[in-house]
Amino acid sequence: MIHVASAVAYRVIKKSLTNISFLLPALMFPVIFFVGFAGALSGVDRIPGFDYEPGYETFQFAFVLVQSAAMAGVFTGFGIAQDFERGFARRLMIAAPRRSGILVGYAIATMIRWVLNTAVVLAIGLLIGMEILGNGLDLFALLLLGLTVNLIGTLWAAGVALRLRSTQAGPIMQFPIFLVIFLAPVFVPIDLLTGWIHAVATVNPFTAFIEGARSLLAGSTEEVGVAFGIAVPLAALFGLWALTGLRSAERG
Amino acid sequence: MSATAQIAFLGRRAFLRSIRQPGQMAFALVFPLFFLFVVSSGLDPVSSVPGFPADSYVDFMFAIPFVHGALFTALNSAIELGRDIDTGFLNRLALTPARGIAIMLGNLAGGVALVLIQYCIYFAGGLLMGAHFEAGLLGVPVLFVLAALGAVAIGAAGMTVALRSGSPEAVQGIFPLFFVGLFLSSMNMPRNLIENSWFQWIATVNPVSYLIEGLRSLIVAGWDIQTLAIGYGVALGAIALALSVSARAFRARMTRT
Repeated sequence: MIHVASAVAYRVIKKSLTNISFLLPALMFPVIFFVGFAGALSGVDRIPGFDYEPGYETFQFAFVLVQSAAMAGVFTGFGIAQDFERGFARRLMIAAPRRSGILVGYAIATMIRWVLNTAVVLAIGLLIGMEILGNGLDLFALLLLGLTVNLIGTLWAAGVALRLRSTQAGPIMQFPIFLVIFLAPVFVPIDLLTGWIHAVATVNPFTAFIEGARSLLAGSTEEVGVAFGIAVPLAALFGLWALTGLRSAERG
Repeated sequence: MSATAQIAFLGRRAFLRSIRQPGQMAFALVFPLFFLFVVSSGLDPVSSVPGFPADSYVDFMFAIPFVHGALFTALNSAIELGRDIDTGFLNRLALTPARGIAIMLGNLAGGVALVLIQYCIYFAGGLLMGAHFEAGLLGVPVLFVLAALGAVAIGAAGMTVALRSGSPEAVQGIFPLFFVGLFLSSMNMPRNLIENSWFQWIATVNPVSYLIEGLRSLIVAGWDIQTLAIGYGVALGAIALALSVSARAFRARMTRT
């Protein structure tokens, strides 16, 4: 399984870093969202009731971190679907003694790619004066939270790609993730949201992930337990979804 | 067959090919309205910032689906041109009496026809979300034409990439660069209320800001002739530049062929 996983991970990483149509969207979207929202909306922290101490850049960085973690998984789903369309996935499945290693390989590659992308966004954030009040332990917990969200995104998209085995399934992988991400408190704290969006954001699991990330960046552990308490079971659930997808792909 | 008839013929082909791809169509229709819906709901408290030019954030954001629609549809047209080159269709077309200008403009015309239908849906969707349109009935075609000129400029720029690379993947790869132009503009906040001086500077030198402000002026202010003229000027200037570059790329592609 380790050999299969490492071979798949190596291939995906190499493809991601050398093919511009994979590299650019995965890297550019988090950067665009971060610079666009943090830059244009910096005055939002003057709205009465906005009380996030590190400032608006950090507030937006937490969102971008969670958003990019989930969307990196979706991009991996596109790659899996493309591998099926081109016949490569079939050959891979014949060659692999433990097929679950294929999934593990895709997941590892996605995590590495996300960490690289996040490093770029972090560097830009620090360059534009983003403040981080969390200590080393908080940042480690933040990395773990991001990796768990990344795994959720990968397993969700892999499950869809393995069942439908076509790039036409792209919107099915992308749109639900996009929907739940933007129905969270992206621009202002949840207390400032009113009406239907407040109600939706309250029950949205991504609210917990984003608020957990914001707490860790502010050096607080508030909401962190809730974030992990939701993220870990969700990852397990989508693990099951991806594995049953793999079985479906095996049956053809 | 006259050049106009050739443009109409190739435009019809481009239009039909796009509407036969429901996945692409659905995304170009749903995403801009969804983005308007969630962003205007999430950022509604911003409309209470002193000096904010609109009564609600949905009014302020109402121009954005038109730009998003222009972006998606124009780039899809360019991707299709890349596919035509990739599959050899353009080479076969070059053996017919079709003129170069007809091939280029036909591709753009199909995209414009499609985008105008989408604009009707965005307009109705925006009004349903509670947006107001200050310019009245006469302002609607002015809004649509300005947004469609934006689509032509983006489409011509995308065509240049398709012609130079001959690959639909390469056009897809430059898609985020157009998003950079959109996000680093006055899309989310009026330029005078942007507090970060570096971002305000980028938004001021970014021509996309003026296109958005031209569209937005019809929605929140009514008839602000100066802002509207600048918006039209920027769109026409961008079209002239993008078409001249893509014409050169077209000639180079035909020479290679």
